[in-house]
Amino acid sequence: MNIGFDYTRSVGPVLGRFVNGLAAHRIEGVRGSDGRVHVPPVEYDPLTAEALTEFVEVGTEGTVKSWTWMAEPLDGQPLSRPFAWALIQLDGADTAMLHAVDVPGPEHMSTGMRVAVRWADETVGHIRDIAYFRPVRTDTADAGPTADPPPVAEREEGDPVGVVITPVHLKYRHSASPEESRYLRALAKGKLIGQRCPVCHKVYLPPRGACPTDGVPTTDEVELPDTGIITTFCVVNVPFLGQRIKPPYVTAYVLIDGADIAFLHLILGCDAADVRMGMRVRASWRPREEWTTSLENIAHFEPTGEPDAPYESFAHHL
Amino acid sequence: MPDVAVIGFAQAPNVRETPGTTNGVEMLVPLLATAYRQTGLSKQDIEFWCSGSSDYLAGRAFSFIAAVDAIGAFPPIHESHVEMDAAWAFYEAWLKIRMGEVDTALVYGFGKSSAGQLRRVLALQLDPYFTAPLWPDSISIAALQARAGLDAGLWSEKDLAEVAARSLADAADNPLAQFSGATGAAELLDSPMVADPLRRHDIAPVTDGAAVVVLASEERARDLVERPAVISGIEHRVDSPVLGARDLTRSPSTAAAGAAAGIDGVEVAELHAPFTHQELILRRELGLGDGVRINPSGGVLTGNPMFAAGLARIGEAAKRILDGGARRTLAHATSGPALQQNLVAVLERRD
Repeated sequence: MNIGFDYTRSVGPVLGRFVNGLAAHRIEGVRGSDGRVHVPPVEYDPLTAEALTEFVEVGTEGTVKSWTWMAEPLDGQPLSRPFAWALIQLDGADTAMLHAVDVPGPEHMSTGMRVAVRWADETVGHIRDIAYFRPVRTDTADAGPTADPPPVAEREEGDPVGVVITPVHLKYRHSASPEESRYLRALAKGKLIGQRCPVCHKVYLPPRGACPTDGVPTTDEVELPDTGIITTFCVVNVPFLGQRIKPPYVTAYVLIDGADIAFLHLILGCDAADVRMGMRVRASWRPREEWTTSLENIAHFEPTGEPDAPYESFAHHL
Repeated sequence: MPDVAVIGFAQAPNVRETPGTTNGVEMLVPLLATAYRQTGLSKQDIEFWCSGSSDYLAGRAFSFIAAVDAIGAFPPIHESHVEMDAAWAFYEAWLKIRMGEVDTALVYGFGKSSAGQLRRVLALQLDPYFTAPLWPDSISIAALQARAGLDAGLWSEKDLAEVAARSLADAADNPLAQFSGATGAAELLDSPMVADPLRRHDIAPVTDGAAVVVLASEERARDLVERPAVISGIEHRVDSPVLGARDLTRSPSTAAAGAAAGIDGVEVAELHAPFTHQELILRRELGLGDGVRINPSGGVLTGNPMFAAGLARIGEAAKRILDGGARRTLAHATSGPALQQNLVAVLERRD
C-alpha cells in the first residue's frame, strides 16, 4: 500500500525569513540569547525560550563537523546517486545544519573539510533550494541535481513565501491475519466464513484476531449463508473523487444471517427510495471466473422479496 | 502518595517479521494471558490501561484503537495511549497510581516495524521544516553521532564492537532475542560498513514485537506477588530537536533524568541503546561503572521492537527483582533521533 500526503506548513516570520532568503540564494540565521548564531534559525532560544528576532546573514561555505556515507540513497533524499550526509557549520554560524554533500565516494570526505552550497536550478523558498553541498576544492565535475523542486503553495504575485510543502510518500505491506486469511481464501471459493467467540458466542464476519468484548481469539469457524438483512443504510447523492457508481445509490450495513456484526456493502436491484431497515437481501456474486480473495466477489446485495425482519430482531446491531 | 511497583512482565518473541497485522492484536493476546497468570489479576481487576505505538509505523490510522480488541474492552475500560515508546505510557500509568486514582494498571506497547521501511518512517520524527524534507534516515543520523565521538576520541570502532559482542553473548540466555551468539569483537570488525562508521553489529535490527507490564500500588502489589519491584524513582527529560545545535556525543537529558531518579547503588542496568555508541554515551551520562551489569537480556541490539523496546527494558529490569536475582535495578528508555528523549526508572526490592 502506498500512502502519500503533501504536508503543508505555514512558516511564520522566523522560518519564513530563512526560506525566502534561500529563494534569493541568501542564508540567514538568528542570534540566540547567548550570542550564538543558529542556522537554520530557531524561533525560540533553546536555553531561555526567549523569542529570537535578530537575523544574521551567514556564508554559503562552511565546515563539515561530522559525516556518514549513503551508499544506496532512499526515496526522497537530496541525491539519487551515492552521497554523504554531513553536519555543516556555515561560516558565521555557531550551529550545524544537516545536508547532503556530493562526492564520488567516502574517501573524499573528512571531518573539517570545506564545502559550499550548490543551489537548486530553480529556488522556490524551501530547504531543498540547497540542492546539496560540494567540496570547495574538487576536481570532480558537477553532475547536477537529481530531484525536482518541491511543490509550491499558491500566493499573490510578489508576496513572500508563507507556506512550505513537503510531500510524504511511504510504502507498507499489510498482511492479513491468519483468521482474515481463512476468510479471504473462502471468499475465493464463493463462501462466507465467520468465527465464533468461545466466550460470548458472537459470530464475527469478517473474523478477527480477538473478540473485542472478551479479548480471546475467535477460533470456532462458522460457514454462513449469503443472505441477510439491512440494518441501516445511506442513500449516496453526492458525487466524489474516485466514485465508481453513478448516484443515487445505496450503501448499507448488511447483517448476514447467523452473524453478529454487519459489514458495509452496496444495495442494487431496487429503487433507492425503496430500501428499508430490516429489508431481506441476498448477495449477487460476480461471475465465478472473476472471483479473487476479496469481498468484491459479491458485486452487491439485492432484495429477496421476503417479508422484512422486525426492528426488535436487529435493534441491538445498530 | 502510594509508591508503585511492577508486578508482571511479558514480551513477544523478537522477530524480523510477524505474520500478524499491524494492530498488534495477535502479539498482545498471549502476552495479556501471561500477565494475568503472573499476577493473579483478571481483565476486570485492571483499573487503567495505557499503550504506546505509532500510526506511522503501522501505516494505518488509529492502529491503537484496533489493538484494544486484544483486551476485550467490555464493559468499557479506562484507557489512554501515547504516540511514543510505551515506556512513556508506563510513566502515565505510574502517575495515575501515584495520584491515588487507581490501584492497578496494565501498560503495553507494540510495533510491526517490518510493514514499512523503518529507517525512512523514522525520518518523520525530525524537524518537519528543514530536516525531515531531506529524508535523512535513522541509521545515517546515528552514524553522524558515532563519528562525532570517534573524532573526539571518546570511543573507537573496537569499543563499539565490544558492546555488540557482549550483547550478542548475553542474548544467548534470552530465548526471545532475535540475534545472539558468541562472536569476538575482532571478527565483527572484519564486516563492511553499513553507514560509515557503523557496521551491521552497531545497529539494532528491524524487529516486530510487543511487551506488557503490570503495575500496582505497593500495598496491593504485596498481596499479589512475593517480590514486587518498587519504583523508587522515574523521570524523563528531552534535548533540543535541532541535531546541529546539540553536542551529539553527550546526552544531558539522560544525565538529568538519572540524577532526578536517584540511581545510586544499582546492580543491573537495562539501557535502550539502538546503536552501540549510544550505550557508551548512556553509561557515561549515568555514571555507570564496571560494577554495574549492563543489559543482561542482550539489550535492543539483539531485538528492538519499536514502541515496545523501552517498556521491555523496564520489564527486564523489574524481572531481576521479581525473580530475586537483584535488589536494585535501572531501566532506561529512549525516543526520537540520536537519544533526543530519555526516561530513567529505578526499581528496588523492599522487605
